[in-house]
Amino acid sequence: MSANEFLPWVRRAVAPHAPADEPTSLDATRDSTDQPQDLQRRTLIQLLGLGGLVIAFGAGGVRRLEAAELAAGTAANPWSPHVYVRVADDGIVTIVCHRSEMGQGIRTTMPMIIADEMEADWARCRVEQAVGDPKYGSQNTDGSTSIRDFLQKYREAGATTRALLEAAAAREWNVDAADVFARQHEVVHRPTGRTKSFGALVETARTVAMPAPESVRIKRPEERRWQGKRMPSIDLVPMTTGTAVYGADLTLPGMKFAAIARPPVWGGKAMAVDDTEARKVPGVERIVRIPETPIPGAFLPLGGVAVIARNTWAAFRGRDALKITWDAGPNGSHDSKTYQAALETSIRAPGKPGRTNGDVAAALAAAQRKVSAEYHIPYLSHAQMEPMAAIARVRDGKVEAWAPTQSPNDARNTIADYLKVDKASVTVNVTLLGGAFGRKSKPDFICEAAYLARETGAPVRVQWSREDDLRHSYYHSVAAHRFEAALDDAGKVTAWLHRSAYPSISATFAPNLAGPTPDELTNGASDVPWDVPNMSVEVCPAVAHARIGWYRSVNAIHHGFAIGSFVDELAHAAGKDTAAFLLELIGPDRKVDLSKAGLVDSGETYYGAPWAEQPLDTARARRVVESVQQRSGWDTPLPRGRGRGIAVHRSFLSYVAMVVEVEVKPDGTVLVPRATVAVDAGFVANPDRVKAQMEGALIMGMSNTLYSGITFAEGKVEQSNYDDYRVARMRASPHVVDVHVVESEGSPGGIGEPGVPPAGAAIANAIFAATGVRVRELPVGRQLEGWETRASDKGHAVAG
Amino acid sequence: MITLTVNGARRTFDGDPTMPLLWFLRDELALTGTKYGCGVAQCGSCTVHVAGKPVRSCQALMSELQDATVTTIEGLHPTGEHPLQVAWREIDVPQCGFCQPGQIMQAAGLLQRKPKPTDEDIDAAMNGHICRCGTYPRIRAAIKAAAEKSP
Repeated sequence: MSANEFLPWVRRAVAPHAPADEPTSLDATRDSTDQPQDLQRRTLIQLLGLGGLVIAFGAGGVRRLEAAELAAGTAANPWSPHVYVRVADDGIVTIVCHRSEMGQGIRTTMPMIIADEMEADWARCRVEQAVGDPKYGSQNTDGSTSIRDFLQKYREAGATTRALLEAAAAREWNVDAADVFARQHEVVHRPTGRTKSFGALVETARTVAMPAPESVRIKRPEERRWQGKRMPSIDLVPMTTGTAVYGADLTLPGMKFAAIARPPVWGGKAMAVDDTEARKVPGVERIVRIPETPIPGAFLPLGGVAVIARNTWAAFRGRDALKITWDAGPNGSHDSKTYQAALETSIRAPGKPGRTNGDVAAALAAAQRKVSAEYHIPYLSHAQMEPMAAIARVRDGKVEAWAPTQSPNDARNTIADYLKVDKASVTVNVTLLGGAFGRKSKPDFICEAAYLARETGAPVRVQWSREDDLRHSYYHSVAAHRFEAALDDAGKVTAWLHRSAYPSISATFAPNLAGPTPDELTNGASDVPWDVPNMSVEVCPAVAHARIGWYRSVNAIHHGFAIGSFVDELAHAAGKDTAAFLLELIGPDRKVDLSKAGLVDSGETYYGAPWAEQPLDTARARRVVESVQQRSGWDTPLPRGRGRGIAVHRSFLSYVAMVVEVEVKPDGTVLVPRATVAVDAGFVANPDRVKAQMEGALIMGMSNTLYSGITFAEGKVEQSNYDDYRVARMRASPHVVDVHVVESEGSPGGIGEPGVPPAGAAIANAIFAATGVRVRELPVGRQLEGWETRASDKGHAVAG
Repeated sequence: MITLTVNGARRTFDGDPTMPLLWFLRDELALTGTKYGCGVAQCGSCTVHVAGKPVRSCQALMSELQDATVTTIEGLHPTGEHPLQVAWREIDVPQCGFCQPGQIMQAAGLLQRKPKPTDEDIDAAMNGHICRCGTYPRIRAAIKAAAEKSP
């Protein structure tokens, strides 16, 4: 059996449009763990070896793979294509998806764009998931980049394939190329109406001249069949029948199951291990030490003690029975309460400037009216539904892994470094991701499986418990923010001082880092769309005592919450309606080259492109605010205990405004019955998936704001599971989420992340409107208990 | 030796009697549609039917399941066309999809008990499930859509 038979995610190839009457096979093919599962899939090498017309897109543009390359099963080096499209002799189109699917729908949207441009019949398209391979360039599915970076490339790959098939038909018929056109998997000769199928044209399409890139015509908007319209996910049948394959859903012959006791404190070490009781657990076979990685440790495993067993339950029980004496190491006194006080001290002194306009100190000193506020945001954990799980096998000097990874290349490289083997000997297969949110861009858990597979000589599946997941995450930074602003007689903001302190993600890679660098402020703090003459946006020191990492929207979460909350506080101080105040703060329509707008030490590029190419367009910010203001019934009154909040934020090059309506119960419980969202992300390929991302971002914003928080005591995480790391559930979640996706032909912005940052502020502002209680420390938790009998927060009127 | 019926097939188990049904299904039978999400009945990802009622398989020990009748997502409908599965697809409920088998099994239990559930019924039945992608509004809509279609 070839390992590659395990490759993808469904146990049966399902056509993208697979109707409900095409059921996925159930458990008949997987009754026994001794039998390989029939996955009916091919590797890319096999795919290329099958011949046909193969088009690939790389840094050098679109190319057709030549016969020798097809025979060799790989494109000639050093050319690195990202996208492969193959048309087989039978007309079946196979598109290799180089991005990981974690709920955003890229396994559908990416092939849909290509198929649309090539005029393929969607029913005859298949999707193959790429393994981790540098030939695809960056496969790292993070930063909301898939469509943002690749839309044009997908279109060119599809359009070039169409052009070749059209040229092939023209040659076969010996007619003018201008008289033929592709239509739904065939080429039509306009004057005579005769047709030829894509499959029948493959041989000729392999030999006609490649079109000059500038002659390849991308479809005009009115010619698009699917781009810009709802396209359902190709994985709906497996996902609703239990046959979709995630990280822990494959079984290899002879596979062992592992659970690991990891150091409870970052940088800790097992000093003594008593495994007597663990070995007595039925099904436990071996105990394996994994060396602790010195901090910062980057993507490497934390180390610890692994229990190898015959099933997951035995591994968990054995792990729980271990008696380990830990040395806590340098972070053993990390305590969230004292750390919050340290952050507070940090933001009360000037930091490193990330943006300087005018003279904030002078403007504040001269101001008639000053407003200041501080906000605290705790550590957060991704808590994606699928806890980390990975499978690895080491055989004949080759390492093969199967994992729900956002970044198979990082996984491959890290495994190679960790096991000290050649990268070429490591293969990483990508399963579906059961939620990821940035956690699964770190391959520590895959390295654990690879290490244990080598140590035991058997395939190993490592399963993290939920407790493992919450206690050994790469946490979203704990943060503190301070604002001071000046208002003039007309209630206009004349000075904006914003200081923040939070441990930097870079601390996970660089030891002894004193704090974030100013460029981290460009994730939604120093690049705000405000029209304020005197601005200073600064970062202050904060040392990391836990692993810090990316979590959906990254720094924009705490930036967005703090900024959006403070704007509401300013509006109330100025005696103005917050929506009107926001529009005034955004000011006149203008395009701002941020690199010339007072930014300091902000790096060469902005979201991966030169600054000048990514101007801040305040008209787009204005329009999304106006949209939610109009659609939400913003001006209609609500009774006490209910309220609306508004916020706008720009991150990952997209503009999102939200009006959230809350209902606060007498016991302080917060419900979010409805919300209105407007998003301008430039061109949107699959609007229903964009709506889904906005719905999900709002609900994740509810979790971040109302319920979730990771705290440390004696260096250890205090939370353990969903009972004490609470997240949004059905009852509190909206019945109506009205999402307005702005129609645009503009270059695409991100979608996965930009919805989260405004949600927190909109919720907190709604709570203020409902109760008069200003939330300055997250999560809200029980802060609203007894709100009805409390006086409104000093100096601020309750909004109608 | 414990004997039980899973998706209509007789199964036996002679391992650790403290093993939860979840791991028997996943590790022994390779019925991996039932998901591990928390292990402490907080998230609902592992929901299956025992004797026709939704239970958290992470809490049902094998020792308690002699002669039990278990249905998992794989056995909910022979061709995957239970009205809820159809509604889930029509409304495009799943994002990552991981929690959805548990959500569907819970909703199936609800509809069996209350063919026309109110919003309050849905909240009460589904509040024990977590979806981190935030598909709750669509889950609610899909349950209603399935209920409307049923006689």
